[in-house]
Amino acid sequence: MLDRDEDILKAAEDWQKAGRGVALATVVETWGSAPRPAGSSLVINDEGTFLGSVSGGCVEGAVVTEAMDVIESGKPRMLEFGVADETAWNVGLSCGGTIRVFVEKVG
Amino acid sequence: MKLEILHELNAERAARRPVILVTDTESGEQRLVKAMDFAKDPLRAELDKQLRMGKSASVEAGGKKLFLNVYAPTAKLVIVGAVHISQALAPLARSLGYDVTVVDPRTAFASPERFPDIPLVAEWPDTALPPLNVDAYTAFVAVTHDPKIDDPALLHAFERNCFYIGALGSRKTHAKRGDRLRAQGAKESDIARIHAPIGLAIGAVSPSEIAVAIMAEITAVLRLPPKEKEEAA
Repeated sequence: MLDRDEDILKAAEDWQKAGRGVALATVVETWGSAPRPAGSSLVINDEGTFLGSVSGGCVEGAVVTEAMDVIESGKPRMLEFGVADETAWNVGLSCGGTIRVFVEKVG
Repeated sequence: MKLEILHELNAERAARRPVILVTDTESGEQRLVKAMDFAKDPLRAELDKQLRMGKSASVEAGGKKLFLNVYAPTAKLVIVGAVHISQALAPLARSLGYDVTVVDPRTAFASPERFPDIPLVAEWPDTALPPLNVDAYTAFVAVTHDPKIDDPALLHAFERNCFYIGALGSRKTHAKRGDRLRAQGAKESDIARIHAPIGLAIGAVSPSEIAVAIMAEITAVLRLPPKEKEEAA
């Protein structure tokens, strides 16, 4: 019930209105001990500035990189991060969980 | 996310109205469903459940993978009566994520020394309550034992359709309260909404235990589906 992502969605709207390319990344599924629950989100603009978190720091760098592509292409993308996922990504969740993150363009 | 959806989502959140954003995670298609429209939605069972739990989740429906992102307002707790129970209740409710306000016109009770860090309004309910924007995401408890304070507060809670309304007092005290509220125009259905004696029956004795009983009851009303809610109460 905690009101979350307050400034994140507001920032998404403000940045978009200010003419920036903006993407939103949202945790849509978790397995095992994931650091942030489904619904946690991260907003990224085309300067690489981001707010919020999808994993408490473990995979944000990779999400930001992917988000840049999504801003460019406009096509949403599903990312998956897990502890044994090093072939696909050079990052993972040290806590042993797996998360899926939906990345979409805003606007 | 389309800008108009984001704009509407932010507007609903600012107005403290619960919404769920439904995203088809394969196509990227999205729609925003307001709580008042759940009943006519094909996903109503899932929407109801996720909102009640305040949890976002992925579901499969009609061969589609959908993500239901729940945006529920922060629940508020308004405590009328800066009494001993309230001193235990306020920090407990806050630890459960509620925005807590204590109202009591008696300045000796509503003092910052007794309620460190808790927003206090030392005014009568008719002055104190309207600015608090009491709404359907507010739990409301009246614990002063003084009808001059509790009764007008309860009438305000009825009007604002609080999801939980509780009042301190035995069954006998509560019966008398019912008579007084009726005389002031309260509907039978409103009076029936008051949880009294307040709190789950856990044999609470101390103010802290009563606070636990009250928060347990509020949690049950917030989280349980209607049928199980009746059984718990």
